[in-house]
Amino acid sequence: MTPSEIVEILKGAFPQAVGEPSADGSHPGVAVAAEAWHEAAVFLRDDPRLRMNMLRCLSGLDLHPEPHLELVYDLISMRPGGAAGLWENAGEIAIRVRVPRDGGRVRSVADVWPAAEWHERETFDLLGVTFDQHPDLRRILCPDDWVGHPLRKDYEFPTEYEGIPAAAASADVKK
Amino acid sequence: MPDAPLTNSPDSLADVERVVPGELRTEEMLLNMGPQHPSTHGVLRLVLRTDGELVLEAVPHIGYLHRCAEKIGESVASFQFIPITDRLDYLAAMINNQGFSLAVEKLAGLEVPERARYIRVIMAELNRIASHLVSFGTYGLDMGAFTPFLYGFREREYILDLFEAACGARLTYSFITPGGVTQDLPDGFLDNLARFLDYFEPKIDEYNDLLSFNYIFIKRTAGVGVISPEDAIAYGLTGPCLRGSGVKWDLRRCMPYELYDRFDFEIPVGVAGGTDRIPREVVAGDSWSRYFVRMQEMKQSVRILRQCVQQLPAGEFRNKPKGILKLPPKEVYLEVEGARGQLGFLVVGDGKAVPRRVKIRGPSFCNLAITKHVCRQVLLADIAAILGSIDVVMGEVDR
Repeated sequence: MTPSEIVEILKGAFPQAVGEPSADGSHPGVAVAAEAWHEAAVFLRDDPRLRMNMLRCLSGLDLHPEPHLELVYDLISMRPGGAAGLWENAGEIAIRVRVPRDGGRVRSVADVWPAAEWHERETFDLLGVTFDQHPDLRRILCPDDWVGHPLRKDYEFPTEYEGIPAAAASADVKK
Repeated sequence: MPDAPLTNSPDSLADVERVVPGELRTEEMLLNMGPQHPSTHGVLRLVLRTDGELVLEAVPHIGYLHRCAEKIGESVASFQFIPITDRLDYLAAMINNQGFSLAVEKLAGLEVPERARYIRVIMAELNRIASHLVSFGTYGLDMGAFTPFLYGFREREYILDLFEAACGARLTYSFITPGGVTQDLPDGFLDNLARFLDYFEPKIDEYNDLLSFNYIFIKRTAGVGVISPEDAIAYGLTGPCLRGSGVKWDLRRCMPYELYDRFDFEIPVGVAGGTDRIPREVVAGDSWSRYFVRMQEMKQSVRILRQCVQQLPAGEFRNKPKGILKLPPKEVYLEVEGARGQLGFLVVGDGKAVPRRVKIRGPSFCNLAITKHVCRQVLLADIAAILGSIDVVMGEVDR
């Protein structure tokens, strides 16, 4: 199934929430409104035509200076039935969900694809998006007491952590 | 005392309850396993909630090896990021180089000469064997068998010698680069490679006899940590962990990249025991199946390598971009079949040499996330069996 067919089916079910497919052919995707995302996710997984059973990756993009963060969910539908017992790729799509940079929230899809649990924790940690109804929303890569979200474009590097001078600060000391 | 013998199998809680009858209640205890522990294969910490020998819950804590790879990715030019990719899955650095190079090439529309593609496949498959050999050796070590470790590292040494001859490095190669590879194969490389394949292929059977079909090893791993195909897909498992559950899915076949559609090879998957030489204790999706998929994959890699040796054409080894390679304002997401699963790179350009965003999907990161689900109501000794069979590299989990 081609990405545009997937978008058609999704648009049929959520005419208001689904945007235009992105023209860029190197990573075909479609925008979905944040409010409708969880409902759309359940639809993407359960609709017999789509059956997007694997969440491959969740990438957070900072669109700074635009006041938005974009979440890119890469989904794929894997089905048995190929030659020699091989499974087949029955369609893939990237879903783009935009949230505001300040206080951005979106409903967690960890109950739809358990794989999302750690991906969402990572996006929360590094970009500062809050996932509502996430089972265990904590920082995952940075320490619990870390300040700020390092993958934001306007992130300021700390000068010290727990009394340890950071690279920029120790360069000053040498002078 | 109960009549039933104590087994290592966690297949039913009933067994365990017979061992610990109602009147012998024990206190729950929180146990920290790691971050420095030989069977966590790096700096991984598991917090185990235990009731006697029974693990009620295992919560992984990661991030000890976080080196901000993605932040570095958006601060340096794409070719400067290649050495950083070496340090993700440091046991299969060639495949990391390959994944990132492919993503950059797709983004920048860079052509790659055919000879370079063959050299890349040779390096990727050799690295897959080297990585699986480490997995084989350390898994034996986890299960209390010391000798496989020595054999595994002995064979890996020959591969590292080949890599050293090709690019000078033994662990972090930075050999595969956007546009091709950094240098052509040295004289005599193919002869040495062919000699290695002739030497190595029969060894795999020997190691199967030594470890895979060893009764104690089977008892420790068969039926332990069973992952159903549905769970494997829902949790985003890929690579040998997914195939161990019986899902015949391999990007080299299902979504071919590089030249993999030209080669003849099979995709081994986990099957239920009792057929062929598979021990009857084995359940598809258990630790033994995941381990054995790797052993079979080494044979398939040897097959691919033999075809590469025969087919390798003459020609250029690199299409070197003229001047600085600028990335157009587009986005790509690309996955390759790494030694541990699907390694993905999302690269966003914005007209400069430095990418705007580099996102890395580490297969070990996704594979490790299932530990909390699998390590529930299992025996303490099984934690090492399950973790070793998932075969994580923390450099890739923490990035």
